[in-house]
Amino acid sequence: MLARPHITEVSGWGRTAPTAADVRRPTSSTELRRALPTRSVRGLLARGLGRGYGDCAQNSGGTVVETTDVDAFTIHDADPADDTVLVTAEAGASIDRLLHALVPQGLFVPVTPGTRYVTVGGAVAADIHGKNHHRKGSWCQHVISLHLQLASGEVVEVGPERDPELFWATAGGMGLTGVVLDATFRCPRIASSRLLVDTDRAADLDEVLALMATGDHAYDYSVAWIDLMAGGKATGRSVLTRGRFATAEEASAATGADPLAYRAGVLAPAPPWVPDGLLNKLTVRAFNELWFRKAPVSRRDELQTIPTFFHPLDMVGGWNRMYGPAGFLQWQFVVPFGSERALRRIVEELSRAGCTSFLAVLKAFGDGDPGPLSFPAAGWTLALDIPTGVRGLGPLLDRLDELVASEGGRVYLAKDSRLRPELVPVMYPRLDAWREVRRRVDPEGRITSDLARRLRL
Amino acid sequence: MRDALGAVQSVLVLGGGSEIAGAIVDRLVGARCRTVVLAAREPDALDPTLDRLRAAGAATAEAVAFDALDPGSHQATIDAVFDRHGDIDMVIVAFGVLGDQATFDHDPVAAAEAASANYVGAVSASLVVADRFRRQGHGTLLVLSSVAGVRTRADNYVYGSTKAGLDAFAQGLGDALVGTGARVVVVRPGFVHTKMTEGRPPAPFSTTPDAVADAVMAGLAKGREVIWAPPVLVALFTVFRVLPRAVWRRVSAR
Ligand SMILES: Cc1cc2nc3c(=O)[nH]c(=O)nc-3n(C[C@H](O)[C@H](O)[C@H](O)COP(=O)(O)OP(=O)(O)OC[C@H]3O[C@@H](n4cnc5c(N)ncnc54)[C@H](O)[C@@H]3O)c2cc1C
Ligand SMILES: NC(=O)c1ccc[n+]([C@@H]2O[C@H](COP(=O)([O-])OP(=O)(O)OC[C@H]3O[C@@H](n4cnc5c(N)ncnc54)[C@H](OP(=O)(O)O)[C@@H]3O)[C@@H](O)[C@H]2O)c1
Repeated sequence: MLARPHITEVSGWGRTAPTAADVRRPTSSTELRRALPTRSVRGLLARGLGRGYGDCAQNSGGTVVETTDVDAFTIHDADPADDTVLVTAEAGASIDRLLHALVPQGLFVPVTPGTRYVTVGGAVAADIHGKNHHRKGSWCQHVISLHLQLASGEVVEVGPERDPELFWATAGGMGLTGVVLDATFRCPRIASSRLLVDTDRAADLDEVLALMATGDHAYDYSVAWIDLMAGGKATGRSVLTRGRFATAEEASAATGADPLAYRAGVLAPAPPWVPDGLLNKLTVRAFNELWFRKAPVSRRDELQTIPTFFHPLDMVGGWNRMYGPAGFLQWQFVVPFGSERALRRIVEELSRAGCTSFLAVLKAFGDGDPGPLSFPAAGWTLALDIPTGVRGLGPLLDRLDELVASEGGRVYLAKDSRLRPELVPVMYPRLDAWREVRRRVDPEGRITSDLARRLRL
Repeated sequence: MRDALGAVQSVLVLGGGSEIAGAIVDRLVGARCRTVVLAAREPDALDPTLDRLRAAGAATAEAVAFDALDPGSHQATIDAVFDRHGDIDMVIVAFGVLGDQATFDHDPVAAAEAASANYVGAVSASLVVADRFRRQGHGTLLVLSSVAGVRTRADNYVYGSTKAGLDAFAQGLGDALVGTGARVVVVRPGFVHTKMTEGRPPAPFSTTPDAVADAVMAGLAKGREVIWAPPVLVALFTVFRVLPRAVWRRVSAR
């Protein structure tokens, strides 16, 4: 790749703090491999579909390698008796593409985030979680091996049994241990492309926490949407949706002859330019109100499609532009079970601050994995979008970060765009162990990112 | 690095003794900024400021010699700062002299010197910074312009014209830097009570360095390219800008 530098500004999904880099887009894995070792003094970073919210997929002044055209994958043969099937996918393969191939064959991805437009490389680097975390853990717990190209250019194969330190440092390592070239992971079988969904409306935070604590174990997938703009007695009012994949028979009412039929499209692109302030306090409050009233108090066994249940936001293409040119950020944290008082305080403070936030997402995580920088850990996780223009937002989130840290919790680096660097070692107490692995494979720090610079990882 | 809310981690102030810049730097350090370099004609005089910044949380605070009137030295001075500290997330162009129009009327050399400091010096220093920003792929150049440059007044047109030039230069540079990760933010304060304006009769809507700094922080968080301080001036000068000359002469006469 001796092509002339192609300097372009890149940003994360929140569109804040863009920086410029020499952006390359190799079209084959051979070409991808030629990017390392890098000659750029500001190093190199792999980037997938840019769904990380903050600066994790940016490398200012250096090289950024977009993997999205390196996206081949293989579904391995399996014994019909096995309940999972191995898939090997190149780093740039998206969950969107995988689903189009997997679902008709009666397979699903082990974990899906709230958008299907993420790559396998990004899934490994952020060790992503989904609605099934309480049961199945995060992405890397389903990976049996991956090929990683180190800063030196050397390609190594790692897995939970093969150089586990490097494997787990790569799981959630935000691309900083090397470039993931491909990964092999277990995919679960499904009998239909429909989910059987139960919906419960909760009047306040206590109620939704109680519902989750007592009932989640009965469901494969669970998540609550919480209205942070509701205050007073309604603080924390939520709609909880939980479900599992339907059997072919259960799904037949909706699917007809083909229980595995799968269609996922973008219904409407967001207009290219939306007036600043379309999303203001009033419109968002009205939206949230409507949405809450629309939800049934309780509904059982509703059939939903995969896009409706897992990826509702993907129905509007480029919705991140609706927040206007100044962009927005996402704040996601987890606090351990037992920290419900802190969780309540955070919800109250956010709703009092009047952050213009569409629904926030609340979920109970299961246990974390060995990745020193992997985000999920047993406890409550809350994620919300906030436009950057909210008054006093910086100090508010700084205070809430402190609270999260003091409870033994942490924020999600894939979404971070503003954490105080001093808090990283507190939130991720095994940071030094991770740094040691990184020093071993990249002593000069040639693989780096704006996130790494900002947080001094 | 700059974060999503406009907070930076390192800053270089050209004209390090400026009271307005001082108020801005206090806020930057209060947020995320840990490296502060003040560039001034007399760096030693800034020791108390550096102590204050360290006490407020700056891990690195230093002063270096810098003279706006010596453009030939700008490259070396500014490069040295970037080389020593790594990324500089923000550079504030804060130096400037107000001068006295009555004196300028009879001392063209003094007027030319003010123009050299305010305009020529800013051009050369900003271009050095822009080059470093391009190479690091990011950076915010905060330029302290003035409403005096938006429409020049008979009683300070030398100063006003230097700011008009500076403002135009900064806007052009900002446009030229689009796509490079670097950006230019133009700040247009009105009358601010600082040592620069000491003893002068305050203009309507006069303000303080702290208020200007608050407006700057709010503007940075919102990603603004132009920041007026106080914000009401944007409305006022939208009108002033289009007034017929004869009317403007009367409005601006004091
Ligand atoms: C609407 C929305 C909903 C989301 N919901 C969830 C959710 O429910 N759960 C969850 O966990 N996350 C969620 N996310 C976050 C998203 O899953 C992660 O940020 C994911 O990493 C994005 O993948 P990407 O391909 O877009 O990677 P990018 O955003 O391009 O990059 C993310 C990180 O991965 C690294 N990376 C990418 N490719 C490689 C590679 N080949 N080798 C090494 N490193 C690489 C990058 O360097 C960067 O650090 C959501 C994001 C959005 C926008
Ligand atoms: N105050 C206002 O009403 C007002 C309004 C609009 C815009 N501004 C602009 O805001 C900026 C900051 O002003 P301020 O109010 O903070 O005033 P200030 O405190 O007087 O700051 C101006 C600084 O410029 C420095 N300076 C002057 N000539 C220099 C040179 N040749 N080389 C290096 N530094 C030089 C001065 O250094 P020394 O300490 O060595 O003298 C002083 O520290 C200026 O550009 C000013 O024009 C001010």
